[in-house]
Amino acid sequence: MTAPKDDKPGWFDDWGNVKKLLRAFYAVCGLLFLVDFLYHRHALNEWEGFWGFYPVYGFVACVLLVLIAKQMRKVLMRDEDYYERKRDRAERGDDA
Amino acid sequence: MEFALPPFLPFFLGALVVAVLRGRAQAGVAILVPILGFANLWFGMPGASETLKILDFTLVLVRADELAMLFGWLFHIAAFIGLVYSSHLRDTTQQVAALAYAGSALGAVFAGDFITLFIFWELLAISSVFLIWARRTPRAIAAGFRYLLINVFSGVILLAGALVRLWETGSLEFSYIGLEAGLAGWLILLALGVKAAFPFLHNWLTDAYPEATPTGTVFLSAFTTKVAVYALARAYPGTELLIYIGGAMAMFPIFYAVIENDLRRVLAYSMINQIGFMVCGIGIGTALALNGAVSHAFNDVIFKGLLMMSMGAVLHMTGRINGSELGGLYKSMPITTVLCIVGAASISAFPLFSGFVSKSMVMQAAMDEGYPVIWLALLFASAGVFHHAGIKIPFFAFFAHDSGIRTTEPPLNMLLAMGVAAVLCIGIGSYPDVLYGLLPYEAEYHPYDWSHVITQTQLLFFSALAFVWLNLTGRYPPELPSANLDAEWLYRRLAPRVAGCAISALDRMNAALDRFGQRVKDRAIAYVEHHHGPEGYFARTWPTGSMVALVAMVLVASLAFYLA
Repeated sequence: MTAPKDDKPGWFDDWGNVKKLLRAFYAVCGLLFLVDFLYHRHALNEWEGFWGFYPVYGFVACVLLVLIAKQMRKVLMRDEDYYERKRDRAERGDDA
Repeated sequence: MEFALPPFLPFFLGALVVAVLRGRAQAGVAILVPILGFANLWFGMPGASETLKILDFTLVLVRADELAMLFGWLFHIAAFIGLVYSSHLRDTTQQVAALAYAGSALGAVFAGDFITLFIFWELLAISSVFLIWARRTPRAIAAGFRYLLINVFSGVILLAGALVRLWETGSLEFSYIGLEAGLAGWLILLALGVKAAFPFLHNWLTDAYPEATPTGTVFLSAFTTKVAVYALARAYPGTELLIYIGGAMAMFPIFYAVIENDLRRVLAYSMINQIGFMVCGIGIGTALALNGAVSHAFNDVIFKGLLMMSMGAVLHMTGRINGSELGGLYKSMPITTVLCIVGAASISAFPLFSGFVSKSMVMQAAMDEGYPVIWLALLFASAGVFHHAGIKIPFFAFFAHDSGIRTTEPPLNMLLAMGVAAVLCIGIGSYPDVLYGLLPYEAEYHPYDWSHVITQTQLLFFSALAFVWLNLTGRYPPELPSANLDAEWLYRRLAPRVAGCAISALDRMNAALDRFGQRVKDRAIAYVEHHHGPEGYFARTWPTGSMVALVAMVLVASLAFYLA
């Protein structure tokens, strides 16, 4: 579906705006990564205190999460009416 | 603690009154009930439990210690927000059901013995199913039946466990049980596990909650599972098995949430993930862990309610809830968008939002008690929940590609309810001491130190970075109209098929026996007919001459015998 013609474009419709937002986002991410060098973090144990642990863990965890979920989809995905459709067919005597 | 009225009573009386009212009066009285109930709690005095003697049993109707009170406050707040949110409804069934449901939850958490708990446990299911059936679609009707069956069954197991307990110890007191209680311990844990959505017992939640009405799901998300969490905290604190069950519950739903299209089903999976943190904390069992678990339950009801309300508003205004059909709604519903983002930030545990001050207690306890793998799993789950609830929900509903849907903000009562929840999320997050003062266990915790704030912010920003990268490189899975197979396949597809095969096998056997019986019968008749029928030997007519000769021979023979 496309937007109605007399519609005012939203702020996020302008790709330039989105790019500005993303650049600010990347800057904050960079800052957060560097912060680990600037202060002594009270670490919970040896490997958790490793600099960059949380940024790396957060990034890798989410990428892994999505990639695994995509693979799961190949096995688990069915039609929206998967459970309803089969029941209708069974009721019509179609023993499939 | 003693109260003027048992906490459940205003709600059930209110349900009766609301059943006969209509229109604004109905909505007004409904909203008044939790306010009155709150006052009832507020003016409670230190005192004994309230009991009721029936036959030989003493039912402890109201046992109010700090653990129960925390949930008591919580359920009143949740009921108030939910009833304001649904006050535009002109559907008496839903209003009555919601009040009865809240009343049942209060009855359950203040119950002092297992019989009282059982009664309210079943009332929880019976009242709430009407919120699902009220949607009136075929899917909702079917899902409601499955929901009712599974939840009532959990009550039956609870009763069985309680009776074993009575037989073994002579007591029905609702207090610590633990797995060392043998059969009773396992039965009661199983019953609680069903309502808490343990793995493999969880599908009633993901099946039924998204099928309920936009307002109904807000109530559903607040009560049943939190009653189960309360019961676990009371009866099984420190049970090590729960640590691993909780860890599993925190992990597996986040994968389903990524590939699920119905945004309220995404939130349903998200609920299981959050309950996993609570169950894990209960399993760890230290004061810090238990405080973390119950405070997270408190916060979860409010921010999950807020997220459910925002999605309910989208469904109410657009008639749609699938990520594949939504997008661009920030232009038509900017306030709802912001309120949704507040809920998303809370569930993700952003600093200054409520999730930040409760979830980390469980994680700290996991590390303190020597469960580093569990801690890593919970950290993974934290990043994951930000991904699917913190980012995916607001993004696909309100941003992403423009779906062309133009609508308006939902009615004022819905905005107000969401606003109250949002204020609470930010208030508790920024000033947690009010919540901490209500916590039942003694444990010092200070969520705001630089380490915690910075590491959590790092985790969240880099999870977001992963989302951005996956989207910009086209690796993010699109929202697709689909259903995903889960454990419910075992009883929605496999079991009916197996039963169907068994029945048709029995049918065929029956038919074969019938045919065999027929053949035996036919053969017997043929035999008789062959010998005794018109053509048969025994029906033959004999010539008269032969008969005379035969008679003569018989007479000669008998004469011979006589003379001899």
